[in-house]
Amino acid sequence: MQTKQINKAVEVITKGTTLQVLVQGDVINYDIQTVWQQIEMAVAQKISKIVFKSDNLKAWDSSLILLVYETIKISKDSNIEVEIAALPKNVQDLVNMAFAVDRKPEKNRTAVKSLLEYVGRETVGLWVIINDVCGFIGEVFCGLLRFLSFRSIMRRIDLYAALDDCGPKALMIVSLISFLVGLILAFVGAVQLQTFGAQIYVASLVTIGMCRIMGAIMVGIIMAGRTGSAYAATIGTMQVNEELDALQTMGLSRIDFLVMPRLLALIVAMPILTMLADIMGMLGGAFIGVFMMDLPYQEYWKYAFNAFNLNNFLVGIFHGFCFGFIIALCGCYSGLTCGRNADSVGVATTRSVVNAIVWMIVVTGIITVICQEIGV
Amino acid sequence: MSDKAIIKATGLSVGYGDYVLLHDANYQVNQGDVFIIMGGSGCGKSSMLRVLTGLLPPLKGTVEIEGVNMVTASAKEIEKIQQKSGILYQSGALFSSMTLAENIMLPLQQYSDYSPATIRELAGLKLALVGLKGFDDFYPSEISGGMKKRAGLARALALDPNIVYFDEPSAGLDPISSHNLDELILEINRSLGTTIVVVTHELSSIFTIGNNSIFLDAESKTIMARGNPRDLLKNPPNQAVYEFLTRGGEGK
Repeated sequence: MQTKQINKAVEVITKGTTLQVLVQGDVINYDIQTVWQQIEMAVAQKISKIVFKSDNLKAWDSSLILLVYETIKISKDSNIEVEIAALPKNVQDLVNMAFAVDRKPEKNRTAVKSLLEYVGRETVGLWVIINDVCGFIGEVFCGLLRFLSFRSIMRRIDLYAALDDCGPKALMIVSLISFLVGLILAFVGAVQLQTFGAQIYVASLVTIGMCRIMGAIMVGIIMAGRTGSAYAATIGTMQVNEELDALQTMGLSRIDFLVMPRLLALIVAMPILTMLADIMGMLGGAFIGVFMMDLPYQEYWKYAFNAFNLNNFLVGIFHGFCFGFIIALCGCYSGLTCGRNADSVGVATTRSVVNAIVWMIVVTGIITVICQEIGV
Repeated sequence: MSDKAIIKATGLSVGYGDYVLLHDANYQVNQGDVFIIMGGSGCGKSSMLRVLTGLLPPLKGTVEIEGVNMVTASAKEIEKIQQKSGILYQSGALFSSMTLAENIMLPLQQYSDYSPATIRELAGLKLALVGLKGFDDFYPSEISGGMKKRAGLARALALDPNIVYFDEPSAGLDPISSHNLDELILEINRSLGTTIVVVTHELSSIFTIGNNSIFLDAESKTIMARGNPRDLLKNPPNQAVYEFLTRGGEGK
């Protein structure tokens, strides 16, 4: 039996129990799949020997090495002898090099075998995370106590830098977004109130809405995306660069050194930013009321001030304070638990923002229920 | 080794903005050379490598790679040259979100016409060539530093480059891994005829693999010596080169 596949660079010829692979001319960018099926078939048909021959072989690249390498690999399982002596010395050297190290790599990863195992693993994982988070929160409170008793090793310069970052540098974005939120709130409310001829109550709507919760929520979302994520990325990168290990081996508290300045800066800045957001939101509402709904300026502010309630305002500020805690804790925790590669920094950053927003909403719900119960 | 220049630097000044690291450098790398760029810390070795790989424009002068002037070449021409060269960075610079095989497959998928099956097999071959047979599905975080370098080298070799650049290949490796990597570099140079450019200050590597070199001096900001490192050791042109090649005159 003699079969032959004609190809410019590689010819595969079956002669009895020998398969001859002839390489010729330029074997450059040669896709071995072209002849692979034929080699596989020949191996399956009780071939006893594969012989590589070269005829006027001018140039070659990895594709020739791959052809020889894969042929030897497939032949090993079937105990077929492969002869490559006719190939250039470099090709033989490279093929030998590819087979030189033949140890079986061991993976640490263990595949999950069943749903039960998966659920079990996840539950244990969740328990570990809960423990870890509780430990972290406990450490942070100890850090706060150390700070209040003047025993913290926190550097003042770090606190000032963090304050500068989440205070003055955040003013513009907080002002702009809050102004726009007030504007949107007023616009949406006005459309409905206008149908009852009660458009003047837009002032009350915006004032109550912004002061009670919207101002704090907007600042929280902005700061979670802007500052919380930055905390996670910075601390995460420090983890990648082994700076956290260095801190630990120097016996310095990561909480005092990294978390406290960020936490203190946020719990100081957030209530102030919330106040700013309240004012800017009211201005946004006034913009719609006065310029688009033609409400008298004095009348608008009269209704706004009448609607202003100190309790509402303080509840909003308290929200801001709590959100400051949440954003700092989520950002720092995500950074401290970040993996050791570039990818993990991205994951930590995303996790910090998502966790902060989720927990802000949860805490808002809790505060709302408590306020309702105590009549605030 | 042929005398045909594959890299030619003429009147090259390297630096950042007003800060000049090296001025008026002239040298050539011949096809098949294992060319060492050596010198003390801060002399501009890595910046020189960035210039050669097209990552940093020179302050002055020209660099010709395979006859293409990298300073005046179009973006497309530079991209073509970059495809024909591979780089092994200090840490391996593997993409952490991809397996080792995927790291190697990436340039093949972008720039070759191979079928997906062949690309996968080529990735396996490249890993086998650097001694990482069977590590296809491992992530960079699951292997050691030395293995990362080998995998980085496998990726550098993916497109059968004419030139492979190495940035401090021995950095962070134990002596055995370092020696094995040197052997691998020599084997690649010998078997594939690939031109190798190595930035290093590791003396053992310099003498083991280098057959041509330049010595950069941070003080004078010039090329202070050139030639085979072993010849430079035998006949050092000046005290600075002598001290560098003998670890500050150790064993005088």
